[in-house]
Amino acid sequence: VVNHWKMEDDAPVIYGLEFQARALTAQTAETDAIRFLVGTQSLKFDNQIHIIDFDDENNIINKNVLLHRAGEIWHIGASPADKAVLTTCYNKTSDSRVVSCAAVWRMPSDWETGSNESPDDSAHNPQTLELLCHLDDGAHSNAACVLWEPMGDGKRVISLADNHALLWDLQESSTQATVSSSATLEGKGQLKFTSGKWSPHHNCSQLATANDTAIRGWDLRSMSQIYCIENAHGQLVRDLDFNPNRQYYLASCGDDCKVKFWDVRNVQEPVKTLEEHSHWVWSVRYNHSHDQLVLTASSDSRLILSNMVSISSEPFGHLVDDEELSEGEENHHEDKGKEPLQDSVVSTFEEHEDSVYAAEWSSADPWLFASLSYDGRLVINRVPRALKYRILL
Amino acid sequence: MESSRKRRVHGMLKLYYGMNEEGKAAEQAKSLDPCDINGPHFDHEVFLNKLRRECSLAELMDQETCMVKQIRSLDSDMQTLVYENYNKFISATDTIRKMKNDFKKMEDEMDGLSANMAAITDFSASISGTLQDQHAQITKLSGVHTLLRKLQFLFELPARLNKCLELQAFAQAVRSHRRARCVLQQYSHLPSFKGIQDDCHAIMDKLAQELRQKFRDGGSSAKDLSECVELLLQLDEPAEELCDKFLSHARSRLELELQALEAEITPCPSASAVKDPPARRLPSAAAAGSPTDNLPKTGATPSPTSNTDILEFIDRGCNEFVSSLCLVITSYQELFITHAQTGELASKNIPQMASAKLNAFVDDLAARYFSLVERRIQEEKGVGDNSLLVRALDRFHRRLQAVTKLLPGSAVAHRGTEIVMRAATERVKQYLSALQSFYMDSLTDVRQALATPRLAGASGPGGGAHFGGAAASGRDAPTSLPELLSSLSASILNQIKSVLASVHLFTAKDITFSNKPYFKGEFCSQGVRESLVVNFIKFVCQSSRQFCDNAGDKGGSTPPALLLLLSRLCLDYETSTITYILTLTDEQFLVQHHSPVTPVTTLCAEAREAAQKLLNHYVKVQGLIISQMLRKSVETRDWVNTIEPRNVRAVMKRVVEDTTSIDVQVGLLYEEGVRKAHSSDSSKRTFSVYSSSRQQARYAASYTPSAPMDTNLLSNIHKLFSERIDIFSSVEFNKVSVITGIIKISLKTFLECVRLRTFGRFGLQQIQVDCHYLQMYLWRFVSDENLVHFLLDEIVGSSAHRCLDPAPMEQSVIEVICERG
Repeated sequence: VVNHWKMEDDAPVIYGLEFQARALTAQTAETDAIRFLVGTQSLKFDNQIHIIDFDDENNIINKNVLLHRAGEIWHIGASPADKAVLTTCYNKTSDSRVVSCAAVWRMPSDWETGSNESPDDSAHNPQTLELLCHLDDGAHSNAACVLWEPMGDGKRVISLADNHALLWDLQESSTQATVSSSATLEGKGQLKFTSGKWSPHHNCSQLATANDTAIRGWDLRSMSQIYCIENAHGQLVRDLDFNPNRQYYLASCGDDCKVKFWDVRNVQEPVKTLEEHSHWVWSVRYNHSHDQLVLTASSDSRLILSNMVSISSEPFGHLVDDEELSEGEENHHEDKGKEPLQDSVVSTFEEHEDSVYAAEWSSADPWLFASLSYDGRLVINRVPRALKYRILL
Repeated sequence: MESSRKRRVHGMLKLYYGMNEEGKAAEQAKSLDPCDINGPHFDHEVFLNKLRRECSLAELMDQETCMVKQIRSLDSDMQTLVYENYNKFISATDTIRKMKNDFKKMEDEMDGLSANMAAITDFSASISGTLQDQHAQITKLSGVHTLLRKLQFLFELPARLNKCLELQAFAQAVRSHRRARCVLQQYSHLPSFKGIQDDCHAIMDKLAQELRQKFRDGGSSAKDLSECVELLLQLDEPAEELCDKFLSHARSRLELELQALEAEITPCPSASAVKDPPARRLPSAAAAGSPTDNLPKTGATPSPTSNTDILEFIDRGCNEFVSSLCLVITSYQELFITHAQTGELASKNIPQMASAKLNAFVDDLAARYFSLVERRIQEEKGVGDNSLLVRALDRFHRRLQAVTKLLPGSAVAHRGTEIVMRAATERVKQYLSALQSFYMDSLTDVRQALATPRLAGASGPGGGAHFGGAAASGRDAPTSLPELLSSLSASILNQIKSVLASVHLFTAKDITFSNKPYFKGEFCSQGVRESLVVNFIKFVCQSSRQFCDNAGDKGGSTPPALLLLLSRLCLDYETSTITYILTLTDEQFLVQHHSPVTPVTTLCAEAREAAQKLLNHYVKVQGLIISQMLRKSVETRDWVNTIEPRNVRAVMKRVVEDTTSIDVQVGLLYEEGVRKAHSSDSSKRTFSVYSSSRQQARYAASYTPSAPMDTNLLSNIHKLFSERIDIFSSVEFNKVSVITGIIKISLKTFLECVRLRTFGRFGLQQIQVDCHYLQMYLWRFVSDENLVHFLLDEIVGSSAHRCLDPAPMEQSVIEVICERG
């Protein structure tokens, strides 16, 4: 397909799942194909992992479905080393009790070949995930999320369960998991981690967690707290992300509709605050290559792409001449011709009709991202072309 | 009547005698008519013919009688005229005859007079001829006498001078010497005169010495001193030296006075500034209960840093320093300038030299005086009684006029005006900060008033507050919030007015500096309007907005009622108060804007923005309070293993209660607003448990359906067409919009919380009951009840989705439970 519109952006590509869904991740170990993993939530049917491949050239989605019979999926994480390995946090119902568990899975080796022959078959006769091991030490349950060691060898994960952060060593090709160390959140009342992020900096020795309105930093070597941002948000903190290029910068979002950017060396005040959403912000993600691009997903059904130039590792951007700008597309809300560039909302994506709980950048194409709303709609979008060229040129 | 008749008669006579030749042309048109009996072209034949033709017999008879009557009266008129003229002629003849006789007699007398005069002239000439010789002799003798007297004076001069010296009559001595000096100079080649001259010189030197001595002793009075200088000048002393000496004497005296003044000021002004914060707190009108007369109270307390008030200080400065300075200037000018201009000294450029020295002298001393005055003015930090300061400044300025009058070229007056200007500007700044702190204090009082009754009992967020903290409980005092608002608004307005009145003193007519261009223009527009009024309004907006920023997160630090109240305050500012205040200012100060000023619209926009932000924040805070309740209630319950619902959960009742009291609270300050028409059975509506299924995508082209949906597409149609709901969005300035915002936030929270849980059969049923209950009570608060329906639908639908055993409850049972309460 020849693209005739020089600067016009491609229309978003939408994929509908038959179940509700909250869990989305990019397949981290895959750097050639644009691939996302989605986990569904259904109490009545077998839950599924959808492997979404996006064909950039033809603007087409190819999908494969794997069964995840263990229960509805609340969180999903892909191994940074092995394309076929992933973790999920899921709810299991037994005897009128709902239990949250975490496990490491392997995709069957031939899932890809099956899909190529007859795409329709796979939907009706899907293969099942292969369980590698449970992340269960018998003492702690209610896993909120499982985090892989960033850029690691796929041997270490952290699970957040209730008020514990457990560091696991995966052995025997991930079939065996042992807790190597753990940290416990102490305090009044029933404390519970809601979310966390393993920092890619400092030799992957730091972890950030969120519980209620506070954000905490942990040193994984000593499993002790290194910083704490009390009342980081007015209400519950929903998600965190580390700036991939600036080691002390951290983004957070929460129920106060705000996205805040922190310098963890000085946690008194956020470096920057965004208030663009009109309801809870569930997810915040830095672009892996160009950390001025920040994606936020909210239950106001919107996905917002912001250009946070002033706190990025490329604070001065690139010079742009007017000619190039005049061809900018409609979605481009930026103040044109201003130098130095200012922080701004690049685009508000309105393709979702229900709460958007997750958004992820592709690990293969830095200009592409996926977002997932509760109604099972996955939308694949790109950074507006004008902005892309502005950043690149 | 009489005169007009006469004129007519005259006119006819004139006509008769043919005197109207010149008026002919004008009357031509009228008199051409041959039937006009009074016209010159009257033709009796034509006239008679016309009459005979046109008139009846009776008319002819009448005409005739009339004619006869007219002829008769004309005759008698003529006779009278002739008689009058005859009489006048006779008397004129008599008068002429009498005059002739008189002139003849007079001629004779004149002849006699001229003869006598000739005789007198002869006699007089002979007398003067005889006296000529004697007169010449007398003249000569008197000349000799004068000369002798002069000589005698010269010879006696040394002795006389000595005598004068003894008697200290320096003035007389100098006068005498001056008289003789020229003569002595002229005849100094004669030995006798030379001797006298030398003697005189010696004596005069001594005298000068003595004068100088006297001059040097500073103790002598100003008048003596002036005399001294005058004499010395006459003795040809170098003027420059004298000027310097004179001025240095004056300086030492004036400096004493300056030191006395300085002693009045506290030695270390910086230390006092610390003790006395720049913005003295005004008494809060709200606390005092009466918004009026609050300024004078603080005015009564004097500045603790100095013993004398500023008026006294300036008075002293004026009376001692300025008047002495004036005296010095006057006498100096008298001596060195006015005198010098007339005398022989003028040629030596003395006036120029002297006035240059004087100017430098005055400038130097005035500068020191000014610095003292400024230091003293700076100590005036209390913003109480402005009139004292204004009066002091006025006096200061007025007294400087005297100096200007004496010394027209001096910059003193200009500098003085600058000081007054600076003081005024400083004053305006102080008033601004006083206003600001007054505003903040008022807010603190309002905050206290809001908090008091809540401690007393009512703890709901809707609890109003009774002003003054009487025994009223929050909810039972529905008028308190408007009262608080109006008293706050009134007290601020009063404060502004009283400040304006204080500042207005600077431009009062009887104040000398008020007609300076600065006070007419810049002070009014830039000083009062911009720096004071506009800045204060901006401050109000900004400080109000800060409540949204810092208190934003926890929401607890600012009571919601205060947010609501401030929002209304800002809105009132936008609609009327700002315009009122600025009009008031412009009227009071007759501001003529030479430089651009902040337009009313900008301020109004700012106020509106602040009001909007506050109201939004209010909605957020109140929504958060209800949301927290809902969230806790969903999170803490085990929805899988719950019992069959028998009641509406208490938290739902609490939500409705709180919403009701918020509704009351907002209703106190904001108008109702518009809502869409309700359907007849708004409270009775059933929810489909599967309503919130997913809809078809709008992007059909790129949509890739993976499998048949497990949810009901049909029931989802209205969502497809309904507008996207912005949960935390801007609200309008009315009650319905505010409450709608709060309900939206609360229900959306409910929805999101439900989606995070898993439900058993009874859990779902409980949610059904709760939602029905909310539906029964909440629809009436919002602008569009469909919104409530929609969100509640979503909640029930979502919980059905998250239900392990979705067996919905019978609608009739739900209704029974809800009605039971």
